Amino acid sequence: MVRFTLDDQEIVVPEGITVLEAARRSGIFIPTLCDDSRLEPFGGCRLCVVQVQGIPRLVTACTTPVAEGMRVQSTNEEIERRRRTIVELILSDHPNDCMVCEKAGDCNLQELAYFYDLRTNRFYGQRSQRLVKDQNPFIERDMEKCILCGKCVRACYDIQGVGAIDFTSRGFTAKIAPPFEKDLDCEFCGQCVSVCPTGALMSKQSLGKGRQKDVQEVDTICPYCGCGCNLTLHVSRNEVVRVTSRPDTINEGWLCVKGRFGYSFINSPDRLKTPLIKKDGKFAEATWEETFDYVATRLGAIKSKHGPDAIGGLSSARCSNEENYLFQKFMRAAIGTNNVDHCARL
Amino acid sequence: MPGDITINICMGTGGIAAGGEAVMSAFEDALASADIAASVKKHCAAHKVGCRGFCARDVLVDVIENGGKHTYEYIKPDMVKRIVEEHLAGGQPVQEWLVKEDYHTFHGKQVRAVLADCGEMDPEDIEAYAGRGGYEAALKSLTSLAPTDIIEELKRSGLRGRGGAGFPTGLKWEMARNEPGDTKYIICNADEGDPGAFMDRSLVEGNPHAVIEGMLIGAYAIGAQRGYVYIRAEYPLAVQRLTIALGQARERGFLGRNIQNTGFDFDIKVKLGAGAFVCGEETALIASIEGNRGMPRAKPPFPAQKGLWGKPTVINNVETLANVPYIMRKGSGWFAGFGTEKSKGTKVFALTGKIRNSGLIEVPFGISLREIIFDIGGGIEGDRKLKAVQTGGPSGGCIPASLMETSVDYESLASAGSIVGSGGMVVLDETDCMVNVAKYFLEFTKSESCGKCIPCRVGTMRLLEILTRITSGKGRPGDVELLQELSEDIKMTSLCGLGQTAPNPVLSTIRYFKDEYDAHIIERRCPAGVCKSFIAFTVLEEFCKGCMACVRVCPSGAIVGEKKKPHRIVQDVCIKCGACFATCKFQAVRKRAVYGEIHTR
Ligand SMILES: Cc1cc2nc3c(=O)[nH]c(=O)nc-3n(C[C@H](O)[C@H](O)[C@H](O)COP(=O)(O)O)c2cc1C
Ligand code: SF4
Ligand code: SF4
Repeated sequence: MVRFTLDDQEIVVPEGITVLEAARRSGIFIPTLCDDSRLEPFGGCRLCVVQVQGIPRLVTACTTPVAEGMRVQSTNEEIERRRRTIVELILSDHPNDCMVCEKAGDCNLQELAYFYDLRTNRFYGQRSQRLVKDQNPFIERDMEKCILCGKCVRACYDIQGVGAIDFTSRGFTAKIAPPFEKDLDCEFCGQCVSVCPTGALMSKQSLGKGRQKDVQEVDTICPYCGCGCNLTLHVSRNEVVRVTSRPDTINEGWLCVKGRFGYSFINSPDRLKTPLIKKDGKFAEATWEETFDYVATRLGAIKSKHGPDAIGGLSSARCSNEENYLFQKFMRAAIGTNNVDHCARL
Repeated sequence: MPGDITINICMGTGGIAAGGEAVMSAFEDALASADIAASVKKHCAAHKVGCRGFCARDVLVDVIENGGKHTYEYIKPDMVKRIVEEHLAGGQPVQEWLVKEDYHTFHGKQVRAVLADCGEMDPEDIEAYAGRGGYEAALKSLTSLAPTDIIEELKRSGLRGRGGAGFPTGLKWEMARNEPGDTKYIICNADEGDPGAFMDRSLVEGNPHAVIEGMLIGAYAIGAQRGYVYIRAEYPLAVQRLTIALGQARERGFLGRNIQNTGFDFDIKVKLGAGAFVCGEETALIASIEGNRGMPRAKPPFPAQKGLWGKPTVINNVETLANVPYIMRKGSGWFAGFGTEKSKGTKVFALTGKIRNSGLIEVPFGISLREIIFDIGGGIEGDRKLKAVQTGGPSGGCIPASLMETSVDYESLASAGSIVGSGGMVVLDETDCMVNVAKYFLEFTKSESCGKCIPCRVGTMRLLEILTRITSGKGRPGDVELLQELSEDIKMTSLCGLGQTAPNPVLSTIRYFKDEYDAHIIERRCPAGVCKSFIAFTVLEEFCKGCMACVRVCPSGAIVGEKKKPHRIVQDVCIKCGACFATCKFQAVRKRAVYGEIHTR
């Protein structure tokens, strides 16, 4: 444990944690745009600058480990003035079209502009020319809104292990891009979309379907596999318009392409809502009672005529572990066969 | 009996550009020719040598006999035959081609400590270096000194890093030595990205073995097994000579396994940089060697703690490392004998700008700016008035003419609002606009920022835009204050040295030349007559002879008029390049201030 002073308050924290983390644990707010406690510190947005006694320049709280006896000032007139300039600079290189922006209401940059009351801006000038042309099926990349926090790059490389995007070019023309600035062609897990603090990365399926204030959030578990990732469905007018996941859950907010983007079946007209039984060569809707009776009768008849090994069962990766366990138990104990398998063997 | 005659031909990048290779083969041909007596040939040997600094006079050729030296300047291949016949064979130097007085004043106040062997020997020949005492220091260090002895000796010498920050080298080595771990690295920073700087290039081209020897001593002192030289790919000659030197050092057992039978293993790899200024910053440089994008990261941990591949790493500048063998050979007392209390030794500068003698110079710390400019540099071109000296490149500042007695050392230059930096020194005269100078450097930094920090990436762009606004006649009251506020914010909040120093050219020009900013903003006037929005070129009828000289040089066809009749410049077409102004022999073309006309009622 180390003891240090944060805004005249003595604080004891475990060794190795950063000033930013220590401040959060003590309920002290420090603004950030490039920080995510699940990712390696980056130190790019410079918003979390604090004063450390004995260091003439400001240092970033996100990259500075707490040291014994350190004296840190998280806010004062000078610090806030410099942070305000940083937000002003970002806004001077931003479309500022919040009125029509998909991200409005859920945007860290917008919050900071509000926090610093930036009605006017001392700076203006050329805006970064970052071509928007990406034709990929899932992720809307409006790179004019990118603030180069690098969170998407870190999520893609460090979490997903893919490395489909990185920084490229230098100076004012620096940008995030796939190799050779081609269209994005990756796993489309959408990890990048989930960490982007601005409207630079959005889900294409969600565009125009309702911003954050218009949705109701419903927590659930992903139905796609036995991992059981936590999902938060964003529902607007009785339609799921977006899927996210909370960072404080077992999957730490990370999802795969199916969990994040594979929800269009919910409102699909082709979706099966009742069992179907083939009658006279055609499938017809049936009730569950009817179906159970039909299946039980047929299984019983086959077993008594041809023996239990004439029957085989295939279960699904979309079932939970418990369901799959029950299924094999059923096949072995109730039917009496070892003919049981699973689609994930494919 | 004639003594041995050595002919040294300058073949640094400057010498080669001026035709050094052709001069070299002209000497070889002339010496092979049947007209020259065999007895003469036997005693003559032509060598290529590295840069000695006065590149403007290239090709420079030394003829050395019996310890006496004659130096020729501006030598072309067709001049060689006469030198061979009259001087080498005839013993009579060709007086009219010898260097003049100013060549000697250029060298008069210089001290050649780290450049001692540059320009004096063939850099591609390890025997030439060894013959001048090379590798003695490494041999002594590896066989009879403990690593801590070396570190102590360096600390006593007072050597500080020549790459910009001026950190004490002995201390840096000690930190790395004391870090636990068996694997350590030493890196030579030869990225040299400051515009106009060529100190490190000349050193590597002129004496690569000194850099290698410095690295070897450093590796032994800190316990490193492998070294890297990170050098820009835009320095092909330096890379070539370094590679040759590394091969020779391996052959002679100064690199590789069991060096000189001491049991110490060390080797050096060359890593080419792709020309990003920021890759000179040490953490970016490390990232680049590791194969990642050259982007700085926060310190601590410092490279001495966690550097290349996470191992303790020392990064030193070329000039820092090249000083090491000389210090170890001649002693810390010798080195500390040059310089001031806190800035010991000498420093190499690239002296350029509006100065008579430009080139590479080595001076002891503590020399005044006046001595450099007026004694070594020979004063301002065309006897115009000195306005300022810009030191430290894009991270530095401008020191006004009134402060020319300032001593050149780390502390004094810093208190004058500039830095020693890596050694750029640009002399500015009354025809330089200080707002424009600041703009020039910001143009560089805004393009070279790595893009990581918002204040650096966007802030330098905004600084440049405000400066551009001012120089193009659209400056507004309050712009100077806005520049100052933004500059302070960028300096205080940026991650690495690039952003932390990028506003210096703006701040220092405002500090000393605020009146020039005000003239642009309030009076719409550029006092130096540089900013195009404030000037116009016109022809004075009574002076114009109608010779058409201006018409021929004007690139935009803006000048009209018949032969032998006064000409006129069409203002809407004129691009204000000043070609006519420079060409007119009759001073008929005048530069005037657009807003500067005075009419009386
Ligand atoms: C933007 C930037 C560019 C730099 N470029 C160079 C360079 O080209 N060469 C160099 O030796 N040091 C350069 N430095 C300084 C290095 O980071 C480092 O301080 C130096 O190499 C250490 O060596 P020294 O102690 O021998 O000076 C640069 C620093 C910054 C911030
Ligand atoms: S796209 Fe979003 S997450 Fe990625 S760098 Fe830009 S702002 Fe950050
Ligand atoms: S200060 Fe500039 S160059 Fe340095 S890390 Fe930040 S953006 Fe990159």
